[in-house]
Amino acid sequence: MTEALRVVQPGLFTTIQDIGRPQAIAAGVPPGGAMDRFAHSAANMLVGNERGAATLECTLSGPYLVAERDCLIAITGADLDPHVNGASVPGWTGVLLAAGDELTFGRRRTGARAYVAVGGGVAGDRWLGSMSTNLMCGRGGMDGRALISGDVISVHDSTVPLIAGRTMSEHLRPRYEERTLHAIAGPHFTRLQPESRQALFEATYAVSHDSNRMGYRLEGARLDAPGDELLSFGLVAGVVQLPSGGQPILLMADHQTAGGYPIVATVASASMPIAAQLAPGDELRFTETSIEVALALRADQRAALESLTN
Amino acid sequence: MPPQRSPVKIRVHPLGDAAVLAELGTRLDTALNTRAIALAAALKKRRDVRQAVAGHASVTVQFDPDQVTHGALAAAIRRLAAKRPPMEEPGRLHRIPVVYDGPDLVAVAAKLGLSPEQVIEHHGRPIYRAFLIGFVPGWAYLGPLPEELVLPRRSVPRTQVPAGSVAIAGHQTGVYPLVSPGGWHLIGRTSVRLFLPDSDPPSLFRAGDRVKFFPVPE
Repeated sequence: MTEALRVVQPGLFTTIQDIGRPQAIAAGVPPGGAMDRFAHSAANMLVGNERGAATLECTLSGPYLVAERDCLIAITGADLDPHVNGASVPGWTGVLLAAGDELTFGRRRTGARAYVAVGGGVAGDRWLGSMSTNLMCGRGGMDGRALISGDVISVHDSTVPLIAGRTMSEHLRPRYEERTLHAIAGPHFTRLQPESRQALFEATYAVSHDSNRMGYRLEGARLDAPGDELLSFGLVAGVVQLPSGGQPILLMADHQTAGGYPIVATVASASMPIAAQLAPGDELRFTETSIEVALALRADQRAALESLTN
Repeated sequence: MPPQRSPVKIRVHPLGDAAVLAELGTRLDTALNTRAIALAAALKKRRDVRQAVAGHASVTVQFDPDQVTHGALAAAIRRLAAKRPPMEEPGRLHRIPVVYDGPDLVAVAAKLGLSPEQVIEHHGRPIYRAFLIGFVPGWAYLGPLPEELVLPRRSVPRTQVPAGSVAIAGHQTGVYPLVSPGGWHLIGRTSVRLFLPDSDPPSLFRAGDRVKFFPVPE
């Protein structure tokens, strides 16, 4: 392990994330992991890492980092206007930093979460099989918390050559600006009143300011799903649950592991990267999709990632 | 012995393109929960299944759609659920000391037409089953609660419930492992730690365990 990047300023909320700890849900621990798995995987692949290596997830405003030694980085996901030594650098591209180089970010242009991968893979505390930061439990990543000024980010030693300039072409990246999420009707969709069924797939919802990595509260048309209280069941990221108030909640990476609210829809896995890039205040729509279409979109996305392995 | 046909009717709903919710029933029932836990364990052994977690009377299954279709997985779930469940090993028994001085104890007793002492007595009587672990790390849904204690949840949830609070709601009881919001009635507290972040698994209780509460003065 080698020290690679020093944190001068941490940005609004920057955490170490990998692909999470799905097996820990049996103990009630959220699975966690990068919100935008596509951008996270792509960033890793652009620097020659395994897809599941840990990266930095930078929320809304990026950090100010200084390279402690030469290292290869790639920045994907949200466009937070990255610069190296004051000069703009492209996203979705491997960039070589020399010792002393400064990585900074400007104004947010699109998306909510940028991923910074470092050749070798970011090294963090491993907890229950994952380096993902879990704030509630104060475990994983950097001492179980978001980065603060003065932290030093280490990377695993790697024998992979540092090749800068590998890039993902624009047409293969998710269209983050679309903000229409493909969704499949959920187990309790039939509880919805007819007007609510229509509203779910037609109305525009806004991501409330009371939204985070656990889930997004959605503000918009009120939905009604009367019926008996449900027994609790296991939850997955992407489900749209409907509490009694009628305002749906979209569960994200740090979601609670079980609950008993009706599930009216589940976002297609291929749309989760787009969901991950929504910021509080952004609007979204759900469009009803079949499982077949969702699987085709998923396959397209995987093919886009696999094009990076060549 | 040939596998016995089960009376359990199972409904398999898609949860998006890579997960399903298999419902075995809609009642809070120890036998259904036993079957759900056995089904989750059997499903976890499949290569095409990434994760299977039992609910009260259901299993949430995350699978790899490159290896199996929804239809084929649903058929496999029905096949597994129809098999006679393996003899259940008795869960571990936990004895949990409780100081019954919760902020809702007096109000709960009044609503139920009982004295606080009777509430304490009823709560300590059964050996509860841990139906499922979830909601927050280390939380266990325990039940069934004696009929005498059944109350709807608080109409206004608390924004902060202290860790260790012993609570009841509906037909269930539980202990808050961490400071968290909560809508259950707080009748006492325990010093036993339920969330063990440095153990693996990090939860004292596991699904299928048995829990008995007993009163202590302080």
